[in-house]
Amino acid sequence: MTVLENEAETAHKQGAMRLVAAPMLLLTLAIAGYFLFPDNLALLTRIIAISLLVLSIDLVTGICGVATLGQAAMFGAGAYAAGIGAAHFGITDPLAMTVVGAFGGALAGLLSGLVMLRAHGLPQLVLSIAVVHLFHEAANKASRWTGGSDGLTGITPSPLLGLFDFDLWGRTAYIYGVFLLLLTFVALRVIVSSPFGMLCRGIGEDATRIEAMGGDVRGTMLKMFVIAGFVAGTGGALGAISTQVVGLDTLSFALSAEALVMLVLGGAGSLYGALTGTVTFMWLEDVISAANPFHWMTIVGALLIAAVLFAPRGLYGAVEELAARIWGRR
Amino acid sequence: MQTILSVAIDALAYGMILFLISIGLSVTMGLMRVVNLAHGAFAMIGGYFASYAMSALGLGYGLAIVLAVTATVIIALPLERFLYRRIYGAPELTQVLMTIGVTFCIIGITNYLFGPTLKTVPLPPDLAGSTDLGFRTISNHRLFAIACGLMVAAGLWLLFSRTGFGIKLRAVVDNAAMAASLGVRTQWVYAAAFAISVALAALGGVIGAELLPIEPYYALRYMVTFLVVVSVGGAGSIPGALLACLLLGAIETAGRYLAPEYGEFFFYLAVIAIVSIFPRGLLGRAN
Repeated sequence: MTVLENEAETAHKQGAMRLVAAPMLLLTLAIAGYFLFPDNLALLTRIIAISLLVLSIDLVTGICGVATLGQAAMFGAGAYAAGIGAAHFGITDPLAMTVVGAFGGALAGLLSGLVMLRAHGLPQLVLSIAVVHLFHEAANKASRWTGGSDGLTGITPSPLLGLFDFDLWGRTAYIYGVFLLLLTFVALRVIVSSPFGMLCRGIGEDATRIEAMGGDVRGTMLKMFVIAGFVAGTGGALGAISTQVVGLDTLSFALSAEALVMLVLGGAGSLYGALTGTVTFMWLEDVISAANPFHWMTIVGALLIAAVLFAPRGLYGAVEELAARIWGRR
Repeated sequence: MQTILSVAIDALAYGMILFLISIGLSVTMGLMRVVNLAHGAFAMIGGYFASYAMSALGLGYGLAIVLAVTATVIIALPLERFLYRRIYGAPELTQVLMTIGVTFCIIGITNYLFGPTLKTVPLPPDLAGSTDLGFRTISNHRLFAIACGLMVAAGLWLLFSRTGFGIKLRAVVDNAAMAASLGVRTQWVYAAAFAISVALAALGGVIGAELLPIEPYYALRYMVTFLVVVSVGGAGSIPGALLACLLLGAIETAGRYLAPEYGEFFFYLAVIAIVSIFPRGLLGRAN
């Protein structure tokens, strides 16, 4: 309960300030990234797309306490919805593609929720894995629409707002991605600290108690799944717009597991943790796996074990604790 | 009719291999309440040891199996003492993450030591041949796998329901504090059960190497399959695991024969249906 109380207290005290300060910090980092790594904007855009996926897992796992290894189903559904809309139905306006992707993701979130909320614990985890595999196999089979294992090509987004072309350097895609991330982040902060968000956190801590208090556990969780699907679908659509191709790997179990690992390394239950984890993980991966992908696996494994044993609140939690100790709050 | 019998025989052999490996996981998950995603990694380690023993040391098949099982248990025991013991009773997410971490480490280290290539476990001449069943021939190795599966199932059932160790284990599972106060050394019981589970994984990994080939990503590739088997059967239930393996083996094999272009679509559809209807698994116990 202490986490909940602390959270409520800080949200109350610094709510307004934090609501402005956090996006400002994000924006500063994003601008810094633009000027520091002008040749790596494609990687930065991919990091943003995956951040949205990790934020979405945070809503389900960190806030509602449902462990999932199948969140990529929502991400991939968003990517394919945006991609199919562009390639087969001529919806090439990037804003419209994003909306289509987000709703595709939300629909996948609803389906995942309906399936996963039928069980608890281990069977629930297995259901999440089965869902992502089912989506994967379905996309593979429906190759007329999805391009199957060759990937979906022929996605050519028209200029953003009719003004800015998606250039070879990925500048437009990056700026659009930053804009999407900021918007999502602010919206999620509002949702997470709303009464609805607090109810979700309560369910994550003790569902039985919430049920006894008269809360609608299943309905609330289902809503959160749809919101999570919306966020993940936005990420998928951003991926489709920026790379102009959608592959089956967007629907893979491996991506789901990797994203969960990012969340836990960063710190589940906190939106900042989700972002910290994604950026750290993907940047390290880019550096280390370029040298040797298997050393990368050993290092991730060791980091995970260390995180579980010594930093259950992840990188962000550890830093927060350190900062609190230095400045002597608490 | 021919096709049905053919599919049935292949499904039986595949299901028995699944059973050999997964039953250990069912023990850790049902009796010790640990979601051990590294289970497949232990099966893989067993396969690597057997392959090494036969190709580099020139041992026979039987000796290689014994060596592989022993060596894998020796590797697993310190892991149990220093890592797993800390997550007994922890939330599922913690257990999942810790054991995924262990799996990643094992994959990375295995690849560093043995390289990314496929390793074979050569069969002795007796098992390499095949037997004529009248309507088709079946390789002796598959018959051997089926026999091993049945023997393990019977052996485990005897161990858990007919021996002193089985009684202690079930007592510890039901109420660890009470069992401890009655003089059962719970930590020792947990360690022994973990060793049995790992030994079964290694045994299954070696015997199943023909159907599930040994390579570094083995641990990740089949992790989901083993997990699915256990949750469909009901964690901790031997007949449940057997039933789940036969059922899922049949669905998977039939799918591969009859509708290969759908991949594993029907397999996972069946999993969702079964788990939705029986959230505790086919023969799982209520908590």
